[in-house]
Amino acid sequence: MTCMPPTALIAEDEPLLAAALKTELRAAWPELQIVATVGDGASAVREALALQPDVLFFDIRMPGINGLDAAVALADAWPMNVKLNGSLGVNLNATFNRTFNGTLEPPLAGPTAPPFPALVFITAYDQYAVQAFDAQAIDYVLKPVQAARLQKTVSKVQIALASRLSVATYFEATLAQLRALASVALSTGANTASPTGANTASHFGVNSTGSPGPAPVPLRVIQASVGSSIRMVPVDDVLCFEAADKYVRVLTADHEYLIRTPLKELLPQLDPQSFWQVHRGTVVRASSIEAVTRDEAGKLWLGLRGCAQKLLVSRLYAHLFKAM
Amino acid sequence: MKIDWLDKLRFFLQVMAFCLAISALQYSFRPERPYEVPLLYSVLIGGFTWAIIDFGRHFFASSAERGWPQGAAGIALPLVGILLGYGVGITLADAWFGWSSWDANARPQLRVSLLISAVSGLAATYFFYARGKSAYLIVKIAEAGQLAAQAGRVAAQAQQHAAESKLKLLETQLEPHMLFNTLANLRALISTEPQQAQVMMDHLINYLRATLKASRATLHPLQTEFDRLRDYLELMAVRMGPRLHYTLDLPPELASESVPTLLLQPLVENSIRHGLEPKLEGGSITVHARRSGGLITLEVIDTGVGMGTPGAAAGTEDAQGTQHAAHIVGDTHGASSGFGLAQVRERLATAYGTDGTINIIANYEYGTRATVIFPSQMTQK
Repeated sequence: MTCMPPTALIAEDEPLLAAALKTELRAAWPELQIVATVGDGASAVREALALQPDVLFFDIRMPGINGLDAAVALADAWPMNVKLNGSLGVNLNATFNRTFNGTLEPPLAGPTAPPFPALVFITAYDQYAVQAFDAQAIDYVLKPVQAARLQKTVSKVQIALASRLSVATYFEATLAQLRALASVALSTGANTASPTGANTASHFGVNSTGSPGPAPVPLRVIQASVGSSIRMVPVDDVLCFEAADKYVRVLTADHEYLIRTPLKELLPQLDPQSFWQVHRGTVVRASSIEAVTRDEAGKLWLGLRGCAQKLLVSRLYAHLFKAM
Repeated sequence: MKIDWLDKLRFFLQVMAFCLAISALQYSFRPERPYEVPLLYSVLIGGFTWAIIDFGRHFFASSAERGWPQGAAGIALPLVGILLGYGVGITLADAWFGWSSWDANARPQLRVSLLISAVSGLAATYFFYARGKSAYLIVKIAEAGQLAAQAGRVAAQAQQHAAESKLKLLETQLEPHMLFNTLANLRALISTEPQQAQVMMDHLINYLRATLKASRATLHPLQTEFDRLRDYLELMAVRMGPRLHYTLDLPPELASESVPTLLLQPLVENSIRHGLEPKLEGGSITVHARRSGGLITLEVIDTGVGMGTPGAAAGTEDAQGTQHAAHIVGDTHGASSGFGLAQVRERLATAYGTDGTINIIANYEYGTRATVIFPSQMTQK
């Protein structure tokens, strides 16, 4: 790996800006090879998985999936060595080597999984309070990209790549920071497009629930329309909320309801002690979780009491599940 | 009634020390008498006087705050206390020594002792009164300090709120994301295509100038309104490339109709920002003006992602802000767009009262249509 030139992927929806970043990078880091330039989040995830570059430059505001969500999706999908017995947290001590499509390879055979790329976010306007980036795994660049600042980022990334002996800690740091950014995005509503179009409810400021945003009161009853009636479902009965296309599925012990209020709006109104977010689209009542298991592909699955369905845990939230 | 027993003990000991001092003084004047005589009288009179006054004051509600009863009670209490304490003290001491101070031959002695009791009682009372008062004042000063600090905090908060809303207004008028992205594009163009950079720069200048002065001017011709929209859309076209197509359709006979300045700007910006920018393949935006009878109809139509919720996202409001549909402006991430829409509504109301209406229809996945209707100024001439 060290003898090969480092590679990078640029995800930026504005063609001129992508070209400009390429030019600036050529000057700041001549050896760096730009292996792909894409214009949206979904392509960014796809290409990053296919090409496995060393560095990712992600614009935060992109059509379709935004840069932040793309990074989270990529972290979840990234091929990784997993240890089957032991901590449920992300563990890179190779015992089994899992390839991306999920087939299990024999221990200590085949190439080890590539390290997760160094992430650099590009943003025109600092919605995320830039201090969230300080001294962490992920760096950021403000647009317009200025040579001196880019040089700093490049050195930081070079140091990170050179010291990738501690791949696991670097990935953990990246996950922790993505988690922090995701919670900032949630609390400020700072990001734009989402794949479900959930927050485009804000188009022209019309809110699908009609509730004026901040300082939410704790939700006690879910009002779900069933046929021509509205069913009142106490939040205390809810086992889990799951985003499903344009709806949110509300699961109770014996029923399933569909509501239109996006998960993003529900989450701040739920008690964080009782309800845990375990995936971008899944919020679970902690006390209803019966067991957490790791499958042969290294993914964590939750089994709920009184519910046959298994729920996938994102790597972002795997830290929640550790033996006491 | 709350009694601080530690305080009471402290006062009791102070009173006792005071009584001992008085008895010592008396003894020094009449050393021929045994010391225990002035001692017992002094301690008993002083002790009872103190007990009656100090415990008695708690029976007056007005003493709760300042530690001393207010008004006549404040004067009567020590007088009654001294007389009563004196009487009880003398009687008990008399009983101890087996004589009576009320006998005719002891009268002069009685007068002296009453005088001593009265003077020392008043002095001691004043001492404790002053102490209580200064403690009260210290508390009051501390409270006042706290109140002042609190008032300061409230004022600072109010100021911060005002500053924040001002900042919000500015951020809405000059959406920073748009501004910095545009500047980034300009920066890129300067080296590669200076000609195009210049054109883009001119659009930006027009856009900035119009945005900054929009709140000052009230009306301008529709032609100017459309020119400003073109400036903005040109900037966006450079940024979004093939993802944005736009059509501005202004019939020449409507060009000189007057319209509140930058009335449509927030609608077009919303269409770009929430409709077309999030859409992978982009889309088109159409702005057109029509006249029907005495009414001007302006429409902003986009083929963007529409509103998030199928079937539930239509809202109609007249310019007075009366709600016709169940959906209201504003959630956290829509705050600035809601703000922009509120501005449009407000400008319409100011200019046309109830004659101006805004109507927004969003078909999920088929984009959004905003319709603004207001009376033509030309027909009235």
